Formats: sequence, C-alpha cells, structure tokens
Amino acid sequence: MRIGVITFPGSLDDRDAARAVRLAGAEPVALWHADRDLRGVDAVILPGGFSYGDYLRCGAIARFAPVMSELVPAAGSGLPVLGICNGFQILCEAHLLPGALTRNAGLRFVTRDVRLRVESAATAWTRAYSPGALITVPLKSGEGAYVADPGTLAGLEAGGQVVLRYAGGNPNGSAAGIAGVCNAEGNVVGVMPHPEHAVGELTGPSADGLGFLASVTGAVLA
Amino acid sequence: MRADTVARAAATPGEPQPYAELGLTPAEYEKIRGVLGRRPTSAELALYSVMWSEHCSYKSSKVHLRHLAAKAPPSAALLAGIGHNAGVVDIGQGYAVTFKIESHNHPSYVEPYQGAATGVGGIVRDILAMGARPVAVMDALRFGPASAPDTGRVLPGVVGGISFYGNCLGLPNIGGELDFDPCYAGNPLVNALCVGVMRHGDLRVAAASGPGNAVILFGSTTGPDGVGGASVLASSAFGGSAGGSAAGEAAAKRPSVQVGDPFLEKLLVECCLELYAAGLVVGIQDLGAAGVACATTELAAAGTGGMRVRLDEVPLRDASLGPPEILMSESQERMMAVVEPSRVGAFLDVCAKWEVRAAVIGEVTGTGRLVMTWHGETVVDVPPGSAADGPVYDRPASRGLDQDALAGDDPAALPRPASGEALRAALLSLIASPGLADKSWVTDQYDRYVRGDTVLAMPEDGGLIRVDEVTGLGIALATDGNGRYCRLDPYLGTQLVLSEAYRNVAVTGARPLAVTNCLNFGSPEDPAVMWQFAEAVRGLADGCAALGVPVTGGNVSFYNQTRGTAVHPTPVVGVLGVHDDVRLRVGIGFGGPGSASGAAGASIVLLGDTEAEFGGSAWAHVIHGHLGGRPPAPRLDAERRLAGLLAAAAAGGLLSAAHDLSDGGLAVALAESCLRGGAGCQVALPGDPFTWLFSESAARAVVAVRPGAEDAFGELLAAGDVPGQAIGTVGGDSLVVAGCFSVPLGELAAAHRATLPALFG
Repeated sequence: MRIGVITFPGSLDDRDAARAVRLAGAEPVALWHADRDLRGVDAVILPGGFSYGDYLRCGAIARFAPVMSELVPAAGSGLPVLGICNGFQILCEAHLLPGALTRNAGLRFVTRDVRLRVESAATAWTRAYSPGALITVPLKSGEGAYVADPGTLAGLEAGGQVVLRYAGGNPNGSAAGIAGVCNAEGNVVGVMPHPEHAVGELTGPSADGLGFLASVTGAVLA
Repeated sequence: MRADTVARAAATPGEPQPYAELGLTPAEYEKIRGVLGRRPTSAELALYSVMWSEHCSYKSSKVHLRHLAAKAPPSAALLAGIGHNAGVVDIGQGYAVTFKIESHNHPSYVEPYQGAATGVGGIVRDILAMGARPVAVMDALRFGPASAPDTGRVLPGVVGGISFYGNCLGLPNIGGELDFDPCYAGNPLVNALCVGVMRHGDLRVAAASGPGNAVILFGSTTGPDGVGGASVLASSAFGGSAGGSAAGEAAAKRPSVQVGDPFLEKLLVECCLELYAAGLVVGIQDLGAAGVACATTELAAAGTGGMRVRLDEVPLRDASLGPPEILMSESQERMMAVVEPSRVGAFLDVCAKWEVRAAVIGEVTGTGRLVMTWHGETVVDVPPGSAADGPVYDRPASRGLDQDALAGDDPAALPRPASGEALRAALLSLIASPGLADKSWVTDQYDRYVRGDTVLAMPEDGGLIRVDEVTGLGIALATDGNGRYCRLDPYLGTQLVLSEAYRNVAVTGARPLAVTNCLNFGSPEDPAVMWQFAEAVRGLADGCAALGVPVTGGNVSFYNQTRGTAVHPTPVVGVLGVHDDVRLRVGIGFGGPGSASGAAGASIVLLGDTEAEFGGSAWAHVIHGHLGGRPPAPRLDAERRLAGLLAAAAAGGLLSAAHDLSDGGLAVALAESCLRGGAGCQVALPGDPFTWLFSESAARAVVAVRPGAEDAFGELLAAGDVPGQAIGTVGGDSLVVAGCFSVPLGELAAAHRATLPALFG
C-alpha cells in the first residue's frame, strides 16, 4: 500500500502525514508539486501548511500546481484523496469538494484538541470508524470556518457528505459545525482538524487519527 | 545621483558628514577617519554606523560578557561556544543542538505585529546559519499593566505576529513566558528563542574562505525596510530622555520596522538544508540587523580576510536605493553564502527548485580588504576587522542610590492572611492575576503540534521535543526571567532566574546541559543600569559555574526605557537539557498525560527546604503591589542535587507528575498541577500555612509519586541528599489544604481561565 503525500511550497505537515502513513503500516511516497506525476500511488494526502504562504487565498495558488493536473482526473476516477487543513482548502479551491474555508469566527488562529463526531463512516477515509464515533484530534488553523450556500449545505446533509462535525462546541464558526466533508462518491475527503497529529499519546491527544489511514488501507486491500 | 566614491572621499576631506544622525559619536567618527586615513564615503559611514551600533558591536557589554566565557565550566558537550551565530551542544547519538534567544523589543513596541514576527524570523535564520534544521521556537514576553489601554494594542499585536510568522514557518511554539509590570509600559520585552538539530558533521561556519570563491546573496530582494533599524531602534535615539510622547516617537520610527514573509523564510530553510546536504556551501551567514554590511564584514573578517562585492548586483525591490541604503537595509529572509566557483551552478539550481532568488554579488579575495563597487566605481574599501570588531567601552557603573531603600523595605511588614478563608482568597487572587493566569488566550494562537515531535509544551514547565523516534532521545527547553527579583538584587536575581529555568528543564526528567541568555536592560550610559548589568552578568557566570552548565551564546538589549525610566533589569535565561527517553517524560498535571494509571492515590512530596522568603514574591506583588526586601536566596548546590534526583526518578518511572515551585510558591504550583491534570489533591502543611503556601524559596519542586514507587523514591531522596516531605495525596475534585481551606477545581479553573479573555477578548 503506497500513499502519496504532496509537498507544495509552504506545506508544513507533510512530514507528519508521512509518519502517520508509516505508523499505519503503509509506505509514504513523497510527491512534488511541480511534477505531473503521482508515481502510481494508491491514495494521496494533501497535507496541512501554508501553501504559497496562503497568499491571495488559502489554497488558491496551489490548485494550479502541475501535480494537480494529474490529481484532479485521478480523483474523478476514484483515487482516495484526503485533504487536511490547507489540503482541505486546496481541494475546495480545485472544486473537488464543495464549499470554502474562511477566517475563524474569532479572527484568531486556534490550536485546540477538539472532540469530533464521525458523521459518515461510508467514505474511503472513515470506514474504519463506527458511525457516530467520538474522536479527539488537534485543530490548528486560522481560516478553518467551513462555509457553503444553503442549498449546498442541505445537499451535503441529505447526501451523507458531512464526514466530521465538531462535537464539543464550534471552535471557528463553521456552518452547522462541519469539520469535514466528502464528495458524492466518498473517495475525496477534506478535514480541518489534523488526524496525522493524533497518532499516539506521546505527541498528541490520542491515537484516534490513525483510523483515517486504517480506513484507506483497508479500502484498497478490500 | 553620483556615488560618493573612495576617490571622491579622498579629494574632499572636509565634506560634512551626518555621523551624529547615524548614531556615531565624534570620537567614533574620528576613529573611522583614523582607520581609513581619510573621511569615509557615505557607504562606508553607513557600514561603520551599523556595525558600531550597540546592537551589533556589543560595545558597552563586551567587557562584562567576557566573564561568561572565562568562568564557563568545562563542558565536553560544547561544540561551538560564544561568538558564533549560536552555540552548539552535543546531545549524544551523533546529534548536536543549537539554540539562542534574541530580543526584538523596540520594533515590537513601534509595530507590534511585524516587530514580533520578524523577531521570530531573525532568530530562526541564526539557527539555520549554524547548519541546523530549526525545530521549535519559544517566546518570553513582558508587557505593561494588563489593563492599560496600550497593552491592549501591543499584546494582541505581538502575539498575532508570532502566531502569523511561526505558524506559517511550520515551527512548533513550545513554551515561554508572559508577564506584566508597569515598568514595561512603553517598552515591552519580546524575546524569541529558536532551537535547531543537526548531525555532528553538519556544523557550518560563518567565514569567507578561499580566494576566488563566489559570494552569493539569496532569499528576499533588498528594499528600504529597516534602514537604520538596528542602530536607531536599539540606541539612545529611541525612547531616550528626549521629550515628546511615546506615541509620537513611535509614529516617527514606524518606517524603520521590517516586514516579514514567513513563506519565503520556509522556502529559505528548506533551500539551505538542501544546499548543506549537497555540500555546496563553504561558509554561510544570515542577514539580520545591519544586513549586507554585517554579513559581508563578518564573513570577510572571519575568513581569508578579503572580499570584493558589486553592490549593483544586489537584487532590489526599490530601484532608487544607493550603496548606503543597500548596506543598511534590514530586509528580512536573506542569507549570504560562500561557494566554490565550480559549485555555483549547482547552488543556483537548488535555489531555483525552491523558487528562491539568488545572485552572485562578489568574490572572496586574499587582499585583506573589503572592497565594494557601484557600477564599476569603488565606494567601500576597508579592513573588515575594523568594522566587525568595533569599539569597546568600559562604562561607569555604580550601585543605584535607591538599592538600600529597596532592600530595607522588607515584606515582613505586610499584613498576611491569617484565616483559612483569607489564605483561600489569596490563592484565588494569585492564580487569577494576569501574570499567573491561564495563558491559553496566547498559546492557543500558536501551533504546538507541527513537525509531530512535541512531547511537552506550555503550560508545562519546560518544552520537550523528540529528536530521535527510535531511541526516544529528546531535548527540553525552558526560559525564565524575573524583573522583580533582579530589581532587588541583580546578582542574586539572575541566579534565581537561571535556577528556575534549570529546574524547569529538570522536572521533565531531562538533564540541563547549556544556557543561552537575553539581557534586557535600560541605558548603558546610566551608571546605575550599568551596575545592574555587570552584577547580572557576574551572577550568571557564577551561577553557571556552580550548576556546571556553560553559556553558549546570547544577546544584549540596552536602552529599554521610556522617557528616562529604565525597565527592571530583566535577564531572560534559556536552559537546554537532554532527555534520554522522552517516553519517560514527566508532566506537571496530577493525573495528567503520562500518569493515566494509578493517578489517584499518588502521594505528593514536596522537595527542598521552605523558609519565609517573600522579597519580590508574587504574593507581595499581586496582593500588596509591593516590591522590596531581599529576593529568596539562590541554592545552587541544592538545585544541582534536585535536578539529579528528578532525572533519576523520571528514568525509573517513579513519578506521575513533577512541577517546579516558583512564582506564588506551593499554593500556585498545586493549583496548576490540579488544573492541568484534572485531579484534585489533599495536603497537610507541616508549619505556618502562609509560609508553606506562598514562600518562594528556591530549589523546590512538588512531585506525585506513583503508588508502589514510594520506597524506591525514598531511597533516591536519601541517596541524592534532597530533603523531601510527604504532604498529601492526589485525588478528589478539590484542592484541599487540611485545616485551612478547600477549593473545588471548577472554582479554581474559573478564576484561572477568565482573566486573559476578559482583558483581550
């Protein structure tokens, strides 16, 4: 099982995503933003960070990176893709996911261990969880407030595309407390909190985040 | 505009020059003329003015700082010491660590957001220039009264700037300090620390060796930002005794503050590390204060001795800049490298990969002269050592006339809480006071998780970073400062500050190894301030010798004063320790991380001796607004024994919590441990409750011993010659002091957590 981790200029949690992949028993494969090459990986993670300094708008420049011209069609063909934090923002900018991420309600960067409810265990990245499971994962972002128009929100709720919801208070003003969404097919998932930083109690609040990787490992093996 | 060339300078010896406006004294200007044998060109004047500024030359502090190196205890761990960009310490298993703390006080008052942000950027480049990957940052912050309107401007700006820059750069912020005192109104202290890790063989030097080697400037373009910044902001021209409102002075200086681009810094970090790994760099230097002037002179002075630089090759973002401005510019995110000619192509390729602009601007020569040209004409021709070394002043120092009155104002005369109810109220007041309140409002704005190696971060006593995932090797860091102690007695106060940082590292289970410092003082031209400075440095040197930890580097910040009134002398000391296995780390929380099993029932042991010591204490400050008497007595030998005991107990897995006793004494420590871990405690005090709860005697810690480990711990106490007294147990949901009071954790938490949000929104 080979899982690619894309490094854009300004990616920060790429090393951490690769570590989580390794801890889950898979092989991390470094992918470079400027290469039009996914190197035959079985799944892709777009990590957290500040790609291109978040200049213009979070994720707005990264979506035009050469690697994205390979990723977008691959995602359309069912490749499991997980965007974490800045990766989520990039997936929204690339229109692989609906909605957008905006400034936190408090207008400040927020680092906090947040309680999350797994609303959908039917995606490529959450099928290892029980529906409704409560997990604790770090959130760390300044522009993490999920927004979408009412029609889109209703569609997400109706279609089971809300993947994660904040369960212990809404830390950033996200619409309907949404912390993660997926595409209609469930292979592309974006989450604002960082499952790759919840891989054990030594360096994180829990090991709850490993379920994301267990999900995709199982998904491809199945 | 025609450049002021060397030839023109020689031909026009009598031309008046603005040396005073650039911060040089008449004697210094004459000295430059003597060195050159003519008047300096305008570019040379700019170069000398920034290099001989207090900030770059350490001209007032050098005579005292020599004691730090002279008295440093022998340490096999030291790979590079004072004088380099940062000290380098061997932590074993082939790893070396470099760390340093630096001030950005003045820019952070003028423009809090960018001032603090670029402070982070500057210290990170210092660490990068040593060859290390930066892995964590910390910030020691001091502001005026928490409720003062200007603090409401400065604090959120400073915190926002650190958050913006550090988070975008991808470095976990693992700790630091936040304190308030009226003396910092108009002159906040913003000290940034960075730590980096490398393999032994990766150590880099800042030297331009090998005639013919190329000099490459890479990173950001050069603009007018910060022209005259270091020399003007950190000099008598700022905040001195001259009239005018602080706000007015701030407005006039605003253009001097640099603007940071953390995204570019992130690219620069990755680019440099790839250049180092590929062996493409002979010498490397970061550009900080005094920019190109400082980098070229220091590289040349430390290397073969000569360099030729074409200033017109420096990539500019403002085409109107001339040689003096280019030399003085403090544009951020720039580095300078010395590269063999055959490697220049490969060097530029790596820069292109990371989209970092690079330009060959000169060559190393063997002439012993630093020569700079501007479109073919020579505008600088100086011996680099004369600029890099600078003048040295042994300024008059005399003990302040108010020191005796301060020492005589003993806190013993203050009314003390007599009843359990009054003691309870004092505890709640202390933990709700801005300096001791919960700091989440600040620390939640920092990313402590990125890089995935953060084992402990605030509000723990020390930050702890894993270095090796397989062996568990790690490093612990803590900073500490205490202006009140140092105001009462700078010698003893500095030793107490050092002791606390040392102890904060020790409670995690790490062994303290090395020291860095940032010395924040008023004007060196005031003999009373100079006395404070000399005493503090002497205290630090003696303290380090007694504790067996060398100072590896540091920074001096003078002229911290507002309209003639200096801040408290505030040396901030950072201590680095090595942790053999971070999986055995000890946190401060009763029942907190690492103590999941058997947290309740753990016995609480108070380590060290408690005496009635209230001079400069948090109790006197918060309850009575009092500062007087003598600070607690440092107990350096006891600190050493305590640290040894804590390391052994952690290695044996005997402790479920350990917390250092400092501001607010045992009472505040117990409250913090309860809140951190979410478990209560019951303690019984062996003597006068007030003294036991609020005294700030040094060399003390409170630990929770795992059930079943009591005997083993008792043996360690006896063998380590550390006094220990069992005072209670962990459990319940209140902090209970037998016979005195009980506070439910909910009430404790509400008092602790409400203060900063109420002040800052």
